[in-house]
Amino acid sequence: MVDAAISIVRRDLLLAWRRRGDVATALLFFIIVASLFPLGIGAEPNLLRAIAPGVIWVAALLSSMLSLSRLFAADHADGTLEQLLLGASPLGVIAAAKAAAHWIVAGLPLAAVAPLIALQYDLPSALYPVLALSLLLGTPVLSMIGAIGAALTLGVRGGGILLSLLVLPLYVPVLILGAGSVDMASAGMGGEGQLLLLAALLVASCAFAPWAIAAALRISME
Amino acid sequence: MLEASALECVRERRTLFRGLSFAVAAGERLRIAGPNGSGKTSLLRILCGLLTPTEGEVRWKGEPIASLREEYSRQMVYFGHAPAVKDDLTAGENLGISCRLSGRIASSEEIASALSLFGVPDFPVRRLSQGQKRRAALARLCFSFDCPLWLLDEPFAALDADGIKLVEGLINGHVIRGKVVVYTTHQDSGTATRVIELGSRG
Repeated sequence: MVDAAISIVRRDLLLAWRRRGDVATALLFFIIVASLFPLGIGAEPNLLRAIAPGVIWVAALLSSMLSLSRLFAADHADGTLEQLLLGASPLGVIAAAKAAAHWIVAGLPLAAVAPLIALQYDLPSALYPVLALSLLLGTPVLSMIGAIGAALTLGVRGGGILLSLLVLPLYVPVLILGAGSVDMASAGMGGEGQLLLLAALLVASCAFAPWAIAAALRISME
Repeated sequence: MLEASALECVRERRTLFRGLSFAVAAGERLRIAGPNGSGKTSLLRILCGLLTPTEGEVRWKGEPIASLREEYSRQMVYFGHAPAVKDDLTAGENLGISCRLSGRIASSEEIASALSLFGVPDFPVRRLSQGQKRRAALARLCFSFDCPLWLLDEPFAALDADGIKLVEGLINGHVIRGKVVVYTTHQDSGTATRVIELGSRG
């Protein structure tokens, strides 16, 4: 069971490596969107510092959405998804592995790059760890919730747009807590409360999302 | 071993078949025949549990497959319409992963010998021809000799005469070992022990 999960993660990472361009696109998208705001708004340090957490988090949401529609669609098209459904291990485990691979490819790099982006917004360097930590805790939740949406919209025409309409509202709590933690920390009140709530969201989504993804996949494959 | 009772399948408000019952015993090969669109693939997807029948149920050794789930999946190999190989991986990598997913660990020698039996070079699958792709997918059968049930959807499609002979041989060997093979094909070799003829369109 664990073996199957590990081999799925390794397979998806290998596939991502063979198609490095796609991964780089999502990361560049994040960097460019987050860089457009200072250019559009102008160099007003106080304003930039105030909007930084929100803008960086929204850019992260959009960037992690980009690759969601391909999460199951590629496996669906070449028939491997059928084999995953008929595999020897529970589908929930496979679904969790798929979401984990998505996070490593689409979420983890964002947390790594975020401090660099924060530089453009003149965010005090004391806030970098809070920002990176909030993204580390929040982006796996995005991958889990997003995978539910991706599984539900599998095989639907125009699924990409439907997917964003379905998933973005569900991202709101993560956005509020993630951006809020950095806001609170910058106001000197410490963002621990929000970070702990994010961690709670992460635990809850790890516990429940895989089974929701599995159920959605079974419905879509009928 | 495999029993279907009163299966009914309705797709897009069209009844494909109704009241379909049959039982396949160990050592039998069942061919599902019928024109295009008569529900061969749907029937096979029902038998492997991907599709829930509108009515009726499928039982494996007396137990409904809906309640067996992974227990049933472990004892079965399903070869679908799509070859289930990843274009960006090599034929060998594909084979290794599909083995792991079905709970077996294949050594690289075993994989190499399965590929050479099927005459597939260990290239990235996107560089293989359509027929070689099917062969790369079918090489999975070499690791499934202990699986009591093979469900094969058009296993001979896109294969040349040699390939057909090879797969035919594998199916025969499996049946002789006392296992069950259910498959669909338009190429009737007359070797099936049982045939189910699905109705025509409409």
